[in-house]
Amino acid sequence: MGRAAIASADAELRGPGSDAHAATSPYVDTRRRMSLNGWATALVFLPPALLIFTIFVILPVGEAAWYSFFNWNGYGRPEKFIGLKNYVWIFTNAAFLRAIVNNALVIAVSLLIQLPLALGIALLLAGRMTGAVFFRMIFFLPYILADVVAGLMWRFMFDGDYGIPSLFTNALGLQPFFLLANKDWAFLAVLIVILWKYFGFYMMLYIAGLQGIDKEMLEAAEMDGASRFQRFWHITLPLLGPMIRLSIFFSVVGALKLFDIIVPLTGGGPFDTTHTMVSFLYFFGVTRMRIGFGSAVGVILFLICVTFAFGYRRLVMRDD
Amino acid sequence: MTETASTHDFSSRGLRGFPALLALAVLLMLAVTVIFPIALTALNGFKELGELQSHPFSIPRVWMWRNYWEILSGHRYWQVLGNSLLLAFLTVSLTLAVSSMAAFTFAHLHFFGDRFLLSYIMLGLLFPLATAIIPIFIKIRDLGLLDSYWGVVLPQVAFSLAMSVLLLRTAFKQLPAELLDAAMMDGCGYFRYFFYITLPLSGPILATVSVISFVDSWNGYLLPLVVFNSESRYPWTLGLMAYQGQYSTSWQLVLAFITLTILPAILMFLVAQRWIVAGLTAGAVKA
Repeated sequence: MGRAAIASADAELRGPGSDAHAATSPYVDTRRRMSLNGWATALVFLPPALLIFTIFVILPVGEAAWYSFFNWNGYGRPEKFIGLKNYVWIFTNAAFLRAIVNNALVIAVSLLIQLPLALGIALLLAGRMTGAVFFRMIFFLPYILADVVAGLMWRFMFDGDYGIPSLFTNALGLQPFFLLANKDWAFLAVLIVILWKYFGFYMMLYIAGLQGIDKEMLEAAEMDGASRFQRFWHITLPLLGPMIRLSIFFSVVGALKLFDIIVPLTGGGPFDTTHTMVSFLYFFGVTRMRIGFGSAVGVILFLICVTFAFGYRRLVMRDD
Repeated sequence: MTETASTHDFSSRGLRGFPALLALAVLLMLAVTVIFPIALTALNGFKELGELQSHPFSIPRVWMWRNYWEILSGHRYWQVLGNSLLLAFLTVSLTLAVSSMAAFTFAHLHFFGDRFLLSYIMLGLLFPLATAIIPIFIKIRDLGLLDSYWGVVLPQVAFSLAMSVLLLRTAFKQLPAELLDAAMMDGCGYFRYFFYITLPLSGPILATVSVISFVDSWNGYLLPLVVFNSESRYPWTLGLMAYQGQYSTSWQLVLAFITLTILPAILMFLVAQRWIVAGLTAGAVKA
């Protein structure tokens, strides 16, 4: 059953035109002259999507830019124009600067630990080892749980009185250690939860990628006396390139929007040292109804996301 | 689950004896680490508070079925699950309806500005909902949708539109072009072609889009947090946090509540893992 799942995921993944380029290329089409019937269809089929998308995606982004120039508590109209002051306040706010560092830490841990781990496990589980399907399912399981649940479960695991730290402090006869309330260590806890929750997803992506690799090439290389490492380094890894570039993209985008895990684990504390940009936006903008300030955080986040998405697709994923 | 022979093989061939054992040991350790927090949550939900404090890492000595039973016989648990189900159902239905129609248009009809409109919708792939959460809140409020289900559903649909349209359009274009030609020759219009040919032939991709949009909605937290005020509207993610806030000193109840709220997701996963894994990975790859 699980094998079939991967096979079908794999078929989906490799389907022709499955990348953004083919989907937006003007040369692959079923072009025909528009009939009256065609116009009627377009006029019925397109407006709902365009309307919903414009009202709830495009307008809000524009409004965020507009609001970000005001000091506004959300009531009445935004009237107190303050220029770029919100942005100045944001970039002089220690909690926000720390949030940027935290987001960067998440990205670093994802790229340096999570993805290599996922690749290693994928290499072990892409083959026909006994129990491979079982392990795949176990490792993928945390991914389907909600982030809030992951955060809350681990909040218990990290608790100084009940959790893992208590095993050590009790054994050594020390005072209870509250990891999540310690400003030097709390974000480490966040990183552990992220690793726990997401590595299985990337493992699954890599397995799908590995199963798309032509096995004959590996066999030929083996016949020619290539070692296991040589086969991995010169055949598997390059062929897995598109999937690796994609997983890096998702790691970064996922890290940038991180929020749900933070709330139950630390709520941004202690002393606002564990915020991400989104949790900063929520706790400093939404809950305090500082609409202009929060909007400015949104704009900064928007610019980072769009710059990264465009840049990465142009520079790194252009051949995929 | 049956393990059938794989056509591809990266590790097992040649990996015999000690290395194979080592790999197995690593996998087992990792599996235990992954399962441990989930299993512990479920087990600790069965304990008394006293036992939870003294033996947090053991099998319960006294199984307090009452912890679970009280949540299950209460109104709150079913209400939050019901709300989540309704939100997910509305989100999936509206996403499927709106995005399949748009995708069909972009796949088969060509008119002045069609490429522009497609690129316009694809802008939605570039940034997450969180970037615009404040203006969305203001807009929902001004539309009078605060504390209503639609206040959560509409932005969810809007932000999943780009990906859904992209996935569906690609799939629609891959249907044999001869089908469309033949249908047109026989005087079948686009509307009928869409309902009688395109949709029935697109089951797998519609399932993929449904899975993605369902899981997103089911696990959603930030948007409902901003939109809902009344606890009677809370989806389970908010309900769980509210419950935790209320019983923060009784971890055993919180852990039982967690276990019960993730139970539907785990059961669904066990039953439909094939679709869920395929949907979530395929969707991600094409985005």
